Amino acid sequence: MLGIIGGRVYDPQNAKAGEIGDIWVKDGRIVAAEEIDREHAEIVDAAGLVVMAGGVDIHAHIVGGEVNAGRKLRPEDHRGHERTHSAALRAGAGGTVPSTYATGQLYSELGYTTVMQASTAPLMARHTHEELEDTPNLDNGAFMVMGNNHFVMQSIADKQFDRARDYVAWLLRASEGYAIKIVNPGGVENWKWGSNVSELDDEVIGYGVTPRQIMETLATIADDLELPHAVHIHGINLGRHTSARTSIETIKALDGHRAHLCHLQFLSYGAGKGHVHKSEAVAVAQAVNASPKLTVDVGQVVFGRATTMTCDGPLQHNLHNTAGGRWMNDDVEGESGGGIVPIVYAPGNPINATMWVTGLELYLLIDDPWKVFLTTDHPNAGTFSNYPQIIRLLMDRGYREEMLASVHSRARNGAVLAELDREYSLSDIAVITRAGPARALGLKDKGHLGAGADADIAVYQEQDDKEAMFARPRYVYKGGELVARDGVVLKQVSGRTFSVAPDYDPRIEDDMRAHFKAAYTVSYDNYAMLADDASCTETVACG
Amino acid sequence: MSTTIENVACPFCGCLCDDLKVETEDNEILKVKLACSSGQGIFMDYDPRSRLPLVDGREVEWDEAVAEAASILSAADSPLIYGLSSSASEAQRKAVALADKIGAIIDSTSSVCHGPTGLAMQAVGEPTCTLGEVRDRADLVVFWGCNPDASHLRHFPRFSLTAKGALTPNGRADRVMYVVDVRPTGSSKKADHFFQIEVGSDYEVLSTLRLLVRGGEPSADVVGGVPVAELKELAERMKSCRYGVAFMGMGLTMAPARQLNVAELFTLVAELNDYAKFSVIPMRGHGNVTGADQVLTWTTGYPFAVSFARGYPLFMPGEFTAVDMLARKAADAAVIIASDPGAHFPAAAAAHLESIPTIVFDHGPSVVAAKAKVLFPTAAYGVDAGGTAYRMDNVPIPLKQVISTDRPTDEDILDRIIEAVS
Repeated sequence: MLGIIGGRVYDPQNAKAGEIGDIWVKDGRIVAAEEIDREHAEIVDAAGLVVMAGGVDIHAHIVGGEVNAGRKLRPEDHRGHERTHSAALRAGAGGTVPSTYATGQLYSELGYTTVMQASTAPLMARHTHEELEDTPNLDNGAFMVMGNNHFVMQSIADKQFDRARDYVAWLLRASEGYAIKIVNPGGVENWKWGSNVSELDDEVIGYGVTPRQIMETLATIADDLELPHAVHIHGINLGRHTSARTSIETIKALDGHRAHLCHLQFLSYGAGKGHVHKSEAVAVAQAVNASPKLTVDVGQVVFGRATTMTCDGPLQHNLHNTAGGRWMNDDVEGESGGGIVPIVYAPGNPINATMWVTGLELYLLIDDPWKVFLTTDHPNAGTFSNYPQIIRLLMDRGYREEMLASVHSRARNGAVLAELDREYSLSDIAVITRAGPARALGLKDKGHLGAGADADIAVYQEQDDKEAMFARPRYVYKGGELVARDGVVLKQVSGRTFSVAPDYDPRIEDDMRAHFKAAYTVSYDNYAMLADDASCTETVACG
Repeated sequence: MSTTIENVACPFCGCLCDDLKVETEDNEILKVKLACSSGQGIFMDYDPRSRLPLVDGREVEWDEAVAEAASILSAADSPLIYGLSSSASEAQRKAVALADKIGAIIDSTSSVCHGPTGLAMQAVGEPTCTLGEVRDRADLVVFWGCNPDASHLRHFPRFSLTAKGALTPNGRADRVMYVVDVRPTGSSKKADHFFQIEVGSDYEVLSTLRLLVRGGEPSADVVGGVPVAELKELAERMKSCRYGVAFMGMGLTMAPARQLNVAELFTLVAELNDYAKFSVIPMRGHGNVTGADQVLTWTTGYPFAVSFARGYPLFMPGEFTAVDMLARKAADAAVIIASDPGAHFPAAAAAHLESIPTIVFDHGPSVVAAKAKVLFPTAAYGVDAGGTAYRMDNVPIPLKQVISTDRPTDEDILDRIIEAVS
């Protein structure tokens, strides 16, 4: 039993905005004061400290085949960022793509306790789950990519919606996934022909379906199955000057459905002068503001080293041809693809500076903090370790202006950002880093400090410098256990993996057995984890 | 009454064929269907009888052997953990945990086969794909310095040559096959075009292909023994194919220039993607050597040749690779898991290995097992133990337990050693 006493509690889910309060913990959960025997409770004096729920990251690439290829690709990136073994902690490698143990430790040191793996091809799901088992201190889940899935596209082409829905439900179970992920719908399949898509109504080669149909179908399925998280979309034209237009068209196409658009910064550009994109955050934010069932995360660019890795194969090839250097590609049969390109974002580069400006504009122009979440699309736009700097940029207009003054003039001149005087409050930060993403994920016991919630708690020393404040939490509790103090991780505890188990017509399993013989080089039994006794995931209910 | 277990994965090679049917009766394997001759051996030649561990050749109880192993490792200043490629990823994860705890150097058989392939990937990247993409799409396949006809016996029929897929309904007839090697092989006999290149000329031939793909004109008429006109024809086919795939083997990694050869091939494949879709797949040998790379990478950041001697992972091929560690006499104890460096390592390395205490995990006889200070006759993953392995294209495949056993797994014993070691 534990009591965190007299802190200023920021718990937006429960309408607490800095009031002095006590948080009580028993058996890994937050409980009412009455349930505590104070004689035997450990009491932590939080007077003068800020108390929040543990951070929730709705979109980061932390484990699995693609991430691991990124780790392997960049030995130079780990050097100088080593994590040393101790009696309580495994050693590890840091950098932009940290090893699994280091990932859990680094997140703990920031006060984060839940992170969702942003994309996994279902064929590679076993790998993702193996790595999640080796990622301490984080509850987690994995999104399964389906936007270029052959069976989904064939079902759409055959106008067999029910079959597609049963398949998606089966696939989420078979892969122990948490949500439906879409990456460049149709474009990745076309990339296997050396091509791409650029409009919502372009055709996918061999299927005759369109990105619009794929997104509408999967969004409808997510709603029909009442999945806890909406369809999670990385749209078409990422990084291109047409992306703001197609993002707005996508928002319109999804009208009436729940949807989450990820790392929207990368998809909010228009054509600028001399091949330098310009920010179209104003128009994109307007479309987001007008869509009540939509949430987004930003994918804020942070200046410095990063590693781009997405399931968007043609994008990564284009980036390779633009940036030069090393390039990974991986086409995954029947399902997906992807690529990796290391990159450096420099404030003096006009394109990088425009990306940085675009992200901040989205944060400041989307009115409702419950609709926009803090991410860097780790490690694509920067690493999660940079979250405290982004928090400062949002909370501190002076700091923002100072930094804006230092970026390339092409991005600075005429930027709407210069006129935006909005500053996020601590409550707003608690929304975009915890309460909001937890609600959007449908994780009812996360992101808040009400009775029954998981005892994932971060306690900060309030400071004027918000970057310093959030970079070094005083205490971090995971399931009621103290895992970090003064910004230093103390111990490793196992995380839980959340999955969903939607119902489906069992006849789809027979269809799948036949489909696998024709379409996969892995047998049905060895792909699906349906009867896997070793499963250690925890089901989150649909509906 | 016999029972047949379907969709069993074969742990022998990097193909991890997972369509085998294994017939058992009274916990005995009677028959294996669909396996190649190597795969047959894995199941049919397996001696499932449980044996006690040995210390200095003497049978002891498991507790005693674990205590002896722990005491050797506790006393060692510079222990080496090596092998891993025929174990399951669950055990590989434990092996890294042990290395982390005792400050060991850990290396897999990758360092003596596709280590240079990993270095090439780190230098230039690697455009690749899963084997299903090869089966379904590939209309041009190039085998360079590898001979699947002898090493990966079901590769051609399941994935890369006669396999029929969505866009290759006629199998072999829908594909053009090239083989590049220094000598004729079983594979080259099946090729439409065979380039028998001079020993050591791989880099030169690959560079010439890069030049030709870019539209350049070599000054020579013959490169590496191959007429430039024929290389030009290959370059044109590569640029105009629907989906091309290059497979590469130890003919590139163990020839002079090693990782430079591989990097040149990977760069050629990357550049081809400006014209056509092209991928490359390394022909990984042992059943789960790919898993060893994966596990070491996710736990340490590096695929092989990792030292925990300073309390954190450092990567240095040539320094922390097992052959080099042993040949320099830099290891004073070794844990050998499911491989036989006693039979395969260069003389100086093998000689030093004989002079230091070794803790060996093996389900069958081997040179290194015969000379072990401590021998753990563990279960065989994929036969009498279940686990996870990674196919050569990084696809994870579950290994089934087809017969039950009293033998502990590598994972069980490693866990106990981790507990016992100080």
